[in-house]
Amino acid sequence: MYSNHPSHSQQPIVFSQEMLDQSQEIIKHYPEGKQKSAILPIMHIVQKHFGWVSVEAQDIIAEMLKIKPIEVYEVATFYTMFHLHPVGKYVLEVCRTGPCMIRGAEDICKYLEKKLGIKEGEITADGLFTWRTVECLGACGYAPMMQVGEHYHEYLTPEKLDNLISDWKTK
Amino acid sequence: MGRKLLLEHAKVPGIRHIDTYIQHGGYRSVHKALKTMTPDEVVEEVKKSGLRGRGGAGFPTGMKWSFLAKPEGIPRYLVCNADESEPGTFKDRYLMEYLPHLLIEGMITSSYALGANTSYIYIRGEYRWVYTILVEAIAEAYAKGYLGKNILGSGFNFDLYVQPGGGAYICGEETALLESLEGKRGNPRMKPPFPAIKGLWQSPTVVNNVETIAAVVPIVNEGGDEYAKIGIGKSTGTKLISACGNIKNSGVYEIDLGLPVDEFLNSDEYCGGVANGKRLKAVIPGGSSVPIVPAGLFYKNIKGEDRLMSYESLSDGGFASGTMMGSGGFIVYDEDQCIVRNTWNLARFYNHESCGQCSPCREGTGWLVKVLDKIEHGKGATMADIDLLWDIQRRIEGNTICPLGDAAAWPVAAAIRHFRDEFEWHIKNPQLAQSKNYGLVKETVYQTV
Amino acid sequence: MAKVTIDDKIIEVPDGTTILNAARMIGGDVVPPAMCYYSKLKGSGGKCRTCLVEVAAGSEKDPRPMPKLVASCSTNVMDGMVVKNKTSEKVMDARKGVVEYLLMNHPLDCPVCDQAGECNLQDLGYEHGLQKTRYEFERRTFEVQDIGDNIKLHMNRCILCYRCVYTADQITEGRVHGVMGRGDHAEISTYITKAIDNDFSGNIIDVCPVGALTDKTFRFKSRVWFTRPMLAHRNCDKCCGKTTVWLSGDDVLRVTGRKDQNGEVEEFICNTCRFDKKSLADWSIEGPSHIDKHSVISQNHYELPSDNIKRLK
Repeated sequence: MYSNHPSHSQQPIVFSQEMLDQSQEIIKHYPEGKQKSAILPIMHIVQKHFGWVSVEAQDIIAEMLKIKPIEVYEVATFYTMFHLHPVGKYVLEVCRTGPCMIRGAEDICKYLEKKLGIKEGEITADGLFTWRTVECLGACGYAPMMQVGEHYHEYLTPEKLDNLISDWKTK
Repeated sequence: MGRKLLLEHAKVPGIRHIDTYIQHGGYRSVHKALKTMTPDEVVEEVKKSGLRGRGGAGFPTGMKWSFLAKPEGIPRYLVCNADESEPGTFKDRYLMEYLPHLLIEGMITSSYALGANTSYIYIRGEYRWVYTILVEAIAEAYAKGYLGKNILGSGFNFDLYVQPGGGAYICGEETALLESLEGKRGNPRMKPPFPAIKGLWQSPTVVNNVETIAAVVPIVNEGGDEYAKIGIGKSTGTKLISACGNIKNSGVYEIDLGLPVDEFLNSDEYCGGVANGKRLKAVIPGGSSVPIVPAGLFYKNIKGEDRLMSYESLSDGGFASGTMMGSGGFIVYDEDQCIVRNTWNLARFYNHESCGQCSPCREGTGWLVKVLDKIEHGKGATMADIDLLWDIQRRIEGNTICPLGDAAAWPVAAAIRHFRDEFEWHIKNPQLAQSKNYGLVKETVYQTV
Repeated sequence: MAKVTIDDKIIEVPDGTTILNAARMIGGDVVPPAMCYYSKLKGSGGKCRTCLVEVAAGSEKDPRPMPKLVASCSTNVMDGMVVKNKTSEKVMDARKGVVEYLLMNHPLDCPVCDQAGECNLQDLGYEHGLQKTRYEFERRTFEVQDIGDNIKLHMNRCILCYRCVYTADQITEGRVHGVMGRGDHAEISTYITKAIDNDFSGNIIDVCPVGALTDKTFRFKSRVWFTRPMLAHRNCDKCCGKTTVWLSGDDVLRVTGRKDQNGEVEEFICNTCRFDKKSLADWSIEGPSHIDKHSVISQNHYELPSDNIKRLK
């Protein structure tokens, strides 16, 4: 059963001054009255700051851009980069599409599942990790690969994953 | 050794920065165009060059530019399509990552030609670090006076912004991209009106791929006629090819259009042949939506002529025996790869990326995945399922607002067309197919059954 | 003016007319079915693909055929255009496909669906569908959403025509519902649980081509074909007050906007008229409502023969 249901933030959501400044800067990119264009860039800012995009954050974006909340919800649920539910501190997004599949992406997923002890989309008990599959990330020549935050990790092997994960654990 | 019109300086240390870029001849096209040419003269050079859109459709760029409406008092826009998402394609990422100023230079010169005073680079959200590289490079260009007011004293004012997407393949379709840039869901628009008449915020807009805009730089520098001398027939100039799959040397290559496919795949200068001494099974030469062709039809067309890396040669034979140049996402499959599994995987991709507006694409892509899953995973498929697949894809193709429907249909059609045996083998041997691949030569397989 | 031929019938229409509207001017069999286009809603159309037609000749000036089938709801006619609807095998085949796609995940709950009898999808399936589905997988289901006191949303039945979204955008203030998600799990939703609550929200029921949005005040009260639709009006300070009331005996079971020959409401009505005025005393009855072609309800003859004759004149 499908459901595009929302997740609410447990804490009150407040945008920092830096986030507000960055958002205002982005709004200047567009002609007057076209500030709606800033939805996606601002959602990226929100996700970077909070780790995910709650309904409360979406409502603030609507208010900032002087648009209806539904206009933000429609957009937020359309694009797959935005986590609309809480996730681990590190979200490991493994490409599963053709060129990565033929170079071992499925084995990488199996390895992650075993290593982290969680199924796709779940959060580890320590709150550190979530892993999920995503579609082509444009790194087909350097497969298998995954994206974590702003970084691409390419030519993945179990050893490479072990190292990355232990690094993140000690950070 | 092919010439490098775009990537010549890609590996020069510091080329990401404007000083190094200028030292290596960067921004010459801006000087030349803004100081010595009228906008129409720039358009004329692009027309003469024969440059075709490098995003996948291959539409002549000069012609696209000449369609742009120019009503008085209404702004015009150039939007760079950097939403590179077609599986197998990673050339634009490479170009922007290593040569951000080449794209910026192309944007300035092209926007001057089109009379656009504000332009946007719409980059897929996942390329976040590339976004940062571009933003930094743009700041450098402002500081040097290549962007902003009265550029090089020419009176041309120009602002350039980078806009990140949010994770949607469909936004690589130009009207979906414009919707997304307007802050909406990436639902493609109905055409007409075309973006050249009503595009971004209902203003006349040209949407061009990253590589297309970058190619304007050498065209203006060397002249359209010089550019047109490279290549073969209507495939002029150089093309970036991103090569991946089961090959020795994955990566991005700049080739002269017209290079024999054999040389591209097998010479050490390029792909270096199939990896690990395996034999070639099939190739998707233009990104995952173009038809997959078996090795035999890849090297030679149906007339027995060598195939070349050109728009015309790759599509020779139509869909019956040919394929397409597409975006230049070159995916190679060795003998160990399963075509059914690959088709199922790609069908899942298109299903995942369908925006959901048109019923044939929304529902049909999901159905394709389910039937392919049944065949691939031995869930009781029958021969009738192959015909059903054919019927489903046939009724999606051509019946949707945007080409995503076609992109979803073609891989399934081509796989059945050329590898029907393999589908049938899966259906006849559901158990065996879980542990073993069909392989390359059907005789050897049938012996083991 | 442009002269256009549709299925061998010729009509002259003003420039800028769509193929679909030109066909509607001719009427009868040449009219392609339209599940998402709604002439009163700006921007609607193009999505369902049921109205695809073949353009055998583009225009007098350029008589080349168009390579693909086109959505007749959003393609303008040209002078000398030749269009094939029912006479095109390609169109019939594509439409059969579209019907199959629309039905493959649609629940077979017509027996308990309030829309039965006046459902565009039912009509479409009857005219163009297969006897049997070839889709053998589990149907997609969504959680049922409550979107207010008077409107029920059955997402499972929705065909994503977007009409209700355009309606909320264009004739109500402060749209609170829209399309969430994408692809085959896109759904009509308010996202956060909230009633769609404004004076004109009930019109989303009238524009819905299927039973996804139904009138809770009418739910399970009666089958539409057991009711008598009567044109009625009242003085209303919010809307035109011109409606169709659906009677059973002297009971007003439901109130809807008046529909034209294309099944579209003539004028949007307010929620007070629709949901609150359920007594015969609220209304001045004008006479039986004419039902053109839609489904089983037109099989009962509520109109006097003379009414029909009058309309035909």
